Amino acid sequence: MRDVVIIGIGQTAVGEHWGRSIRDLAAEAVAKARADAGVERVDALYVGNMASGALCGQENLGTLVADATGLLPIEAVKIEAACASGGAAVRAACLAVAGGAHDYAIAVGVEKMTDLLTDGVTSALATAADADYEAGHGVSFVALNAMLMRRYMHEHGVRREDFAPLAVLAHANAAHNPHALYRQPITAEEFAASPVVADPIGILDSAAICDGAAAVLVAPASEARRTRRLPIRIAASTCVTDTVGLAERRDPLVWEAVAAGARRAYALAKVGPGDIDFFEPHDAFTIVSALSLEACGFADRGSALKMAAEGRLARDGDRPICTLGGLKGRGHPVGASGAYQIVEVALQLRGEAGAAQIRGARTGMAQSVGGSGSVAVTHILQV
Amino acid sequence: MRTARPVGITAYGAYVPRPRVRTATIAAAWGRAADGRLPVPEKSVPSIDEDTATMAIEAARHALARAAAAEAVASQAAAAGVAAPNIAPFPVDRIRAVWVGTESKPYAVKPTSTIVAEAIGAVPWVSAADFEFACKAGSEAMQAACAYVGSGMAEHALAIGMDAAQGKPGDHLEMTAAAGGAAFLFGPGETAVARVEASCSYVTDTADFFRRQHMHYPEHGHRFTGEPSYFSHTRAASTALLESLGRRAADYRYAVFHQPNPKFMRRGAADLGFDEAQVAPAAVVDRIGNTYAGASLLGLAAVLDVAQAGDRIFFCSYGSGAGSDAFSLEVTPRLAEARGAAPSVLELVARRHEVTDYGQYLRLADGIRRL
Repeated sequence: MRDVVIIGIGQTAVGEHWGRSIRDLAAEAVAKARADAGVERVDALYVGNMASGALCGQENLGTLVADATGLLPIEAVKIEAACASGGAAVRAACLAVAGGAHDYAIAVGVEKMTDLLTDGVTSALATAADADYEAGHGVSFVALNAMLMRRYMHEHGVRREDFAPLAVLAHANAAHNPHALYRQPITAEEFAASPVVADPIGILDSAAICDGAAAVLVAPASEARRTRRLPIRIAASTCVTDTVGLAERRDPLVWEAVAAGARRAYALAKVGPGDIDFFEPHDAFTIVSALSLEACGFADRGSALKMAAEGRLARDGDRPICTLGGLKGRGHPVGASGAYQIVEVALQLRGEAGAAQIRGARTGMAQSVGGSGSVAVTHILQV
Repeated sequence: MRTARPVGITAYGAYVPRPRVRTATIAAAWGRAADGRLPVPEKSVPSIDEDTATMAIEAARHALARAAAAEAVASQAAAAGVAAPNIAPFPVDRIRAVWVGTESKPYAVKPTSTIVAEAIGAVPWVSAADFEFACKAGSEAMQAACAYVGSGMAEHALAIGMDAAQGKPGDHLEMTAAAGGAAFLFGPGETAVARVEASCSYVTDTADFFRRQHMHYPEHGHRFTGEPSYFSHTRAASTALLESLGRRAADYRYAVFHQPNPKFMRRGAADLGFDEAQVAPAAVVDRIGNTYAGASLLGLAAVLDVAQAGDRIFFCSYGSGAGSDAFSLEVTPRLAEARGAAPSVLELVARRHEVTDYGQYLRLADGIRRL
């Protein structure tokens, strides 16, 4: 296997792009990544997307985006792994280059969610759950996470308000990200007063419906000298799965796929949790951040909220997370979020994160989680 | 757009039904907290025997009362101070068009405007039609009336915006969907209470809010109803009209905008440079909710209740689907003569009785489906 590096990144602003199509968003991100790398050649395109069929009536995204970006007739396919689709597309590009099938591969994560009303989007997102045993009974994705949060509160004796620091932090960090959806800070009081979506999850626990695309151009490390950007080494790329249905888990508060994905990534990169300078978790809901921090070994079981309350997750803390806003602050265009995470980790490692910069960052980890912890794609990047 | 000859509003009349339901009552019925997030404290609801047609007739009669008063003062002045014993009714045969803009027509097929024209005695030599353009149906009727008079086809034309607005029970629009509206009689500029300086219309095919055949309630596009819809259309029409006149927001004493809720109206106005003092007199939504096709017209009527000769009024409606009509008006001394002949908007708003039971409210709002 060859070492793989990121040589170009691109992203659209995350927002409610009512006037733009999924094709348009993906094409912009791809064009920006190519321009960033200063490389014309692309051998393969992997489009990470969760639900373009349900949300936009459009499948065959690989060809669609290849056509829109003038890349025909290269290999181009859609990669789907629920909310982890963007991360999975980056991994597909990484594998293609590492295995020697291609030299230059682009992964673009894209999602266009605002063409449907909320009910339609909720139904589309619920397809990531178990259709027979969860969604078929009317359980939405928010409801599944609400059950997890309720269980967490019960087992660890915490209140809904105790999750506030995670959302407050995400918004505070997003303020420094020009591509973020929510650049305004929120307070713990506003968090506590936010309307309930599915008890105990409130509006401010939840990442919003939005549109966006992010792209990453990867190449073998041997080709890195041809580019003008600081190459970012993909030190580890893993994908681990667990049951789709929550009810089949031995312990729903222990996310085995997330934990195993992190462990495997640490082994590949020859690092431990303590070596990770910053972490981009899949904070679709505050409970997901808490469970991910614990599963990845950054916090002991039941202690993630304490860590957040102590300020240890902030930019100047010992374990910064969601450094450019995370899913909550930057926005969560579901199939694109995993690619946004990689772009943001690359920005940090290049030292191009502006006011959000983590000083001296050399190793960053991004983790994209699909379903209720049913698939975890983990990347460790290094300079 | 400017007319071929001077045109103005020669009279106006408003109507708001008396029943009110508190939004806290609605929130309680749906298990929601009755806290500061409720958009308005209460909203107007039609009485059991009221609908858009009857309310449009009430507003038209108020307008005709003012038209008659203005005419009486004029003829009194012409007769060199000889007091007229009684005010003669306004001669309705001078009205050549009766147009009702609404999205709550009592009949799916059959005009509301013929009912109104018949009720005020303006038939049979009259044009009549119902206008459909969501919340700007009333101002679209105003544009047409303005043009009818401005072209010389009519001496007077009556434009009404009136709604018994439909909000799906349980939907957040139920909190604001209200009843009421206003009527404006357009006529020659020399007899106007407010002259039309210029107007413009701005329309795109933006499907932010709609109701198809056989749907009981309109469907809305959630946040899509904001920036790409209400704000962009309001901004485009308003900016174009201001630029065509070489004016700024500060050149106007009052500003009237479509008012689906207190926030949208104020944010849209502020974006254009209008301040609260210019907007507040028109903010009927704060008191009775969103009267849809009646909303901006009711706001204009409320401003005419207080405006003085020489005041300039900026008006911009918004209707989903989507578009805006903007008007620039200048008040004449005749307004003061006509004003007292019919109840003001504030008086109509103050005439209220509360419906305290959600079931009773549903009955009045025709919210109970009986198959």
